[in-house]
Amino acid sequence: MNFVKIMNGLPLALALVFSAIGVQAQNVKIAYIDPLSGGGASVGEHGWKHLQFLVDAINSKGGVINGQKMEAIAYDNKGSPQESLVQVQKAIDAGVRFITQGNGSGAAIAISEFIAKYNDRNPGKEVLYFNYAAVDPALTNEKCSFWHFRWDANSDIKMAALTNFMTDRKEIKKVYVIGQDYSFGHAVRVAANAMLKQKRPDIQIVGDELHPLLRITDFTPYVAKIKASGADSVITGNWGNDMSLLLKAAADSGLKVNWYTYYAGGSGGPTAIKQTGLDHRVFQISEWHTNVPAPAMEAMADAFLKKYGGEAAQGWWYLRMKNQMDMFVDALNKAKSSEPKKVALALADMKFKNILGADTFMRPSDHSLFQDMYISSFGSGTKHDEEKTGWGWKTTTVIKGQDTVIPTTCKMNVPS
Amino acid sequence: MLELIIFSTLNGLLYGLLLFLLASGLTLIFSMMGVLNFAHASFYMLGAYFGFQISLYVGFWPGLILAPLLVGGIGALVERYGLRTVHKHGHVAELLFTFGLAFMIEELVQMVWGKVPVDYRVPDLLNFSAFTLFSTTYPAFRMFMLITSVVVFLGLLLLLTRTRVGLIIRAALTHPNMVGMLGHNVPLVFMLVFGVGCGLAALAGVIAGPALVTQPAMAASLGPILFVVVVVGGLGSLQGAFIAALLIGLVQTFAVAINVSVADVLAPLGITLTRDSIGGDLWMATVAQVAPIIPYLLLVLVLIFRPKGLMGYRET
Repeated sequence: MNFVKIMNGLPLALALVFSAIGVQAQNVKIAYIDPLSGGGASVGEHGWKHLQFLVDAINSKGGVINGQKMEAIAYDNKGSPQESLVQVQKAIDAGVRFITQGNGSGAAIAISEFIAKYNDRNPGKEVLYFNYAAVDPALTNEKCSFWHFRWDANSDIKMAALTNFMTDRKEIKKVYVIGQDYSFGHAVRVAANAMLKQKRPDIQIVGDELHPLLRITDFTPYVAKIKASGADSVITGNWGNDMSLLLKAAADSGLKVNWYTYYAGGSGGPTAIKQTGLDHRVFQISEWHTNVPAPAMEAMADAFLKKYGGEAAQGWWYLRMKNQMDMFVDALNKAKSSEPKKVALALADMKFKNILGADTFMRPSDHSLFQDMYISSFGSGTKHDEEKTGWGWKTTTVIKGQDTVIPTTCKMNVPS
Repeated sequence: MLELIIFSTLNGLLYGLLLFLLASGLTLIFSMMGVLNFAHASFYMLGAYFGFQISLYVGFWPGLILAPLLVGGIGALVERYGLRTVHKHGHVAELLFTFGLAFMIEELVQMVWGKVPVDYRVPDLLNFSAFTLFSTTYPAFRMFMLITSVVVFLGLLLLLTRTRVGLIIRAALTHPNMVGMLGHNVPLVFMLVFGVGCGLAALAGVIAGPALVTQPAMAASLGPILFVVVVVGGLGSLQGAFIAALLIGLVQTFAVAINVSVADVLAPLGITLTRDSIGGDLWMATVAQVAPIIPYLLLVLVLIFRPKGLMGYRET
């Protein structure tokens, strides 16, 4: 009796299994390769939530190219370039043709070079790399690649905007530059020194420091040094724990300076700034912050918070990843194919109106996206706050997308 | 400048004392059983996580007592049912055992508490600045860490030099067989020392957890430095470990403040080195930049020139 029952059920079960395989084969897979352990884990986890949220939204709206589903898979690169390559290979072996990564330019350069080489050797099996946040200028200049696209403004663009902003602030006399000891940290340091010298030769650079990447758990010695230098302002490109712990040490030591940062709003940053008591004295340059007025974006940020941890958790952060996934979907639909080469050609000169209603465009000559940038300060009296501190970001200056365009040395090698 | 020196000294002392809390147990275990306990820093991590978990329910202070006791108990069990069994197969087996244990603990911690740092907070009672000097503030919690470490050091010193238990432990350090012949239960002494060593590491974890970062990588990042402390201080020497720990704490903290590179030193001699010279960045790297590897340089030098360490009495 039981046996008959099983035999009756078998065809149905088999059909289900096969249809499941069939559906999977049609999925457009995107691999997320970022630190999910170690010092960059909090940043990596946060980005992963963004991607899952976006992919869920894409699928609930009917997927891409005539109803195919999108599927995101996470790989832990532990923040290391070497490990990234192992994970990229793993993803490729699992049939992934689209890869996204953002935390760490060292890893980004390694991935971009690896994929360029891989695509050369495996025609017809190309892989595309979407970089949502790694901003070393080299990636879109001397090391540019047809298979790499970037959705964040590069470090030089951000530094140009920050130093323009600092030019008008006459109270700045002594600046301390501190950064992480790897390609991106070097890029920030070089740009800060060169641009300040040109725009404000009267400013004295009293410190120029690099520290090990994501390995320091106590920044007190560095803060003591900043204090001793007599600096009134600090410029830093630090991200992840290196930003929040630096601010935490500054709070503990009572360091009172103005901060010009790329990523002070990252996980743990807002809490630490509140501890320092520096009301609207910590500045950040980014493509968006929670108090940019845009109803659609605010609604999405609320939905994100509701899904991931509520009020106390860190909210939406990467508008750039939203832009990336929206444009990816547009490119897939326009190319009517999930063939990476066709998608890349569709993306290369795409003009796109983002969720803020602002115009952005991909530059074909180096595959980098240009968009409005916001310089904002963190403090009291804002509509939305961060990490339940009661403080939030307030726009100080907006730089229009076309004003952020800087030349590139990239010689794009478009495959025939 | 004076401000920098004072605060660097304070920070260096604090870091050194923390290292000592860990190294004291490690050096005793090492010299007594001949085992380099690779998992020692893992017990430090367990202490921090246990302290965090306990603080969620009953606050920081009970955790300060309970977490070291719990971890010490676990350590004693590990010695009794793990190490002692493996001991039959020699030191290499023991070494590999602790090596594997370290990975297991890290994986377990990641499974239970996740890979992202946990939010271990400084207790409200100590969440203020202890004093302000030249407009720099010093957090009360760091003061508390400093005092706790000093108290533990003094307690340990008294225990080892002024009590009967200490006498037996010191004797067992050098002449375990003789102590056994005299009718003392040497395996029990080993178990207790291992347990107490792990408990001390856990105590360091509880007080360091809120000030530094409680994350699964904290054991792996601190572990190697401990071996440096133990080797530089000399095996089995508590005083040696104390001096070496303070030395390394101070050296690392002060190194951060020094901006001199090889190129700077050679410049007055008429030798100009730039990034483009042969060797490249090697000449331009400042002492501050290489601060994290200075302890290992010390390790290499000590092993070459004084293998028994600062205060040790037998060869490594």
